[in-house]
Amino acid sequence: MAEAAPETTLTGRGRPFARAFNAFRRWPIVSLVLISILSFVAIFAPLISPADPIKSNIRDRNAPPFWYGQWYEENPKVTKTYILGADPIGRDVLSRLIYGARISMMVVMVAMVSGTVIGTALGLVAGYVGGITDEIITRLVDIWLGLPFILLALIVAITIGAGLLTMMGLLAATAWTPFVRNVRGEVLSLRERDYVSLARVAGASPLRILIRHILPGVTNTVLVIGTLRIGQLILTESFLSFLGAGIPPPTPTWGAIIADGREYLRDAWWVSVFAGIAIGLTVLALNFFGDWMRDTFDPRLRQV
Amino acid sequence: MGATIVIFGASRILGDPTVLFLPEEGYGLDAAELEKARQKLHLDKPVPLQYAFWVADILRGDLGQDLSDRHPISTKLKDKLPPTLRLAAAAYVISTLIGIPLGVLSAVKRGSVWDIAGRTFALLGQALPIFWVGILGILIFAVWLQLLPAGTQGEGFSLKHYILPTLTLAWFPAAGYLRLMRSAMLDVLDSEYVKLARAKGVGANTIIWKHAFKNAAIAPLTFSGLLLAGFVTGSVSVEVVFGWPGIARLAVEAVQTNNLTTLSVITLMFTLIYVVVNFFVDIIYGVIDPRIRYS
Repeated sequence: MAEAAPETTLTGRGRPFARAFNAFRRWPIVSLVLISILSFVAIFAPLISPADPIKSNIRDRNAPPFWYGQWYEENPKVTKTYILGADPIGRDVLSRLIYGARISMMVVMVAMVSGTVIGTALGLVAGYVGGITDEIITRLVDIWLGLPFILLALIVAITIGAGLLTMMGLLAATAWTPFVRNVRGEVLSLRERDYVSLARVAGASPLRILIRHILPGVTNTVLVIGTLRIGQLILTESFLSFLGAGIPPPTPTWGAIIADGREYLRDAWWVSVFAGIAIGLTVLALNFFGDWMRDTFDPRLRQV
Repeated sequence: MGATIVIFGASRILGDPTVLFLPEEGYGLDAAELEKARQKLHLDKPVPLQYAFWVADILRGDLGQDLSDRHPISTKLKDKLPPTLRLAAAAYVISTLIGIPLGVLSAVKRGSVWDIAGRTFALLGQALPIFWVGILGILIFAVWLQLLPAGTQGEGFSLKHYILPTLTLAWFPAAGYLRLMRSAMLDVLDSEYVKLARAKGVGANTIIWKHAFKNAAIAPLTFSGLLLAGFVTGSVSVEVVFGWPGIARLAVEAVQTNNLTTLSVITLMFTLIYVVVNFFVDIIYGVIDPRIRYS
């Protein structure tokens, strides 16, 4: 009896909702399936999407989703039924969402990889070399974290112009900091290990030691932080697009779709709402998966 | 210090401000006049010197002119700063009032419906885009239910105007507080001295509030500085969505009019606020937890 009691509170056995919640949390399958579906949709967007995401048909402006059967009966001139409705200039919302997934995923992945590489490299160097190099890199991170990133991004968007490359650069610029901090911390303890000292005695160059002996020791940390960070990047990307500092129209991005529908909430709520749900679900799945990765591979990172 | 360089760098080196400041050649401005204006604004000097002039002006309290209407920026800020601070302060208080108690409750009644509800609240708060939450709030409470005003059009400022923006802005930090408080509380409740207190027969409430809470509350406090950074993004979102007359919206409007000077000053201002608040957080931290002071 005494053994069973804490177990019950831990897994919430017996309460269906609690059990579902814990299953979702403990098993990354649900998140993984969601992420896979999303990637699939993003990669095969041209095959899946029911219509052209950019072609507008002004007659169908603000056409509601398919379940508004009555509306379609009253407006027989509409060219077709839209699954998730049409936006204020008559573009298919579902197609725009699908292509938006493609754009967002691509931008975020490129930014994530570059941010990871830069951050990890700086963290490795700072932790291994130490001294003034370490001081400079650490200070750089502190200064960077103190800056209001969104506003800085807006300044950059004005001065060099918004676009695909600007967006990737900006997102990479927000992605690198946590890698530096955590990798540096790991390296500080790793470099004192015996096998590293032995490699040094054996005459391995610093670069070789960093790449062959220390880098493998920090991969777990890097992977975990990376996964936890992607969600935030997606949120940042959508926000910049929402503000009009992202990839210029008519390219569909989730943030821009929300902005398109904002003025028409009263007449066409579906434009903004579905794009937000798409962002929320994606980030939720990524966060869940990241939490699971952290708990499994690197529990010391709990506070990240 | 370092921050001013980055902001200046971003605003100057990346693009020639004369192009933005002056009308294009086609507007009847000849090259000589252009040159004169450049001299007046020190734009003919090398970049490091420009930077020196910029910092010197700001230190003297001259924030420069707005590029679009040539009004001094300082008077604009005087009007726009209070609404931003009021909203941020309200949201901060609300987020603490929601996040901390829910975090404690979630940890104490671990695995219960309260815990699940609290964590769902936290997970959603960290996954949903703030601007979209604001839009959804407007859609549900202003458009469909017609209970609350959608924005701040007009002069009248009442409590009703604060409800939606404050809650929208408070959700994200409240989620952060909840998660931090919950994990800190779980750690402390598992510690030796709490077990000892329990073994001695100290009441459950005394243990939670007197022994555990006091120690666990340090964790969310250290994250106040980080949460503040989130407040900048949040303020921009909320002020844009609700048409709030604050400096964050001024910054976004500045983007539409290519208004670099205003945007740079606002960016600098947010950085300053961040530095000052972090400084005070450090002090408070030292006061509350003496171990920090001596280490």
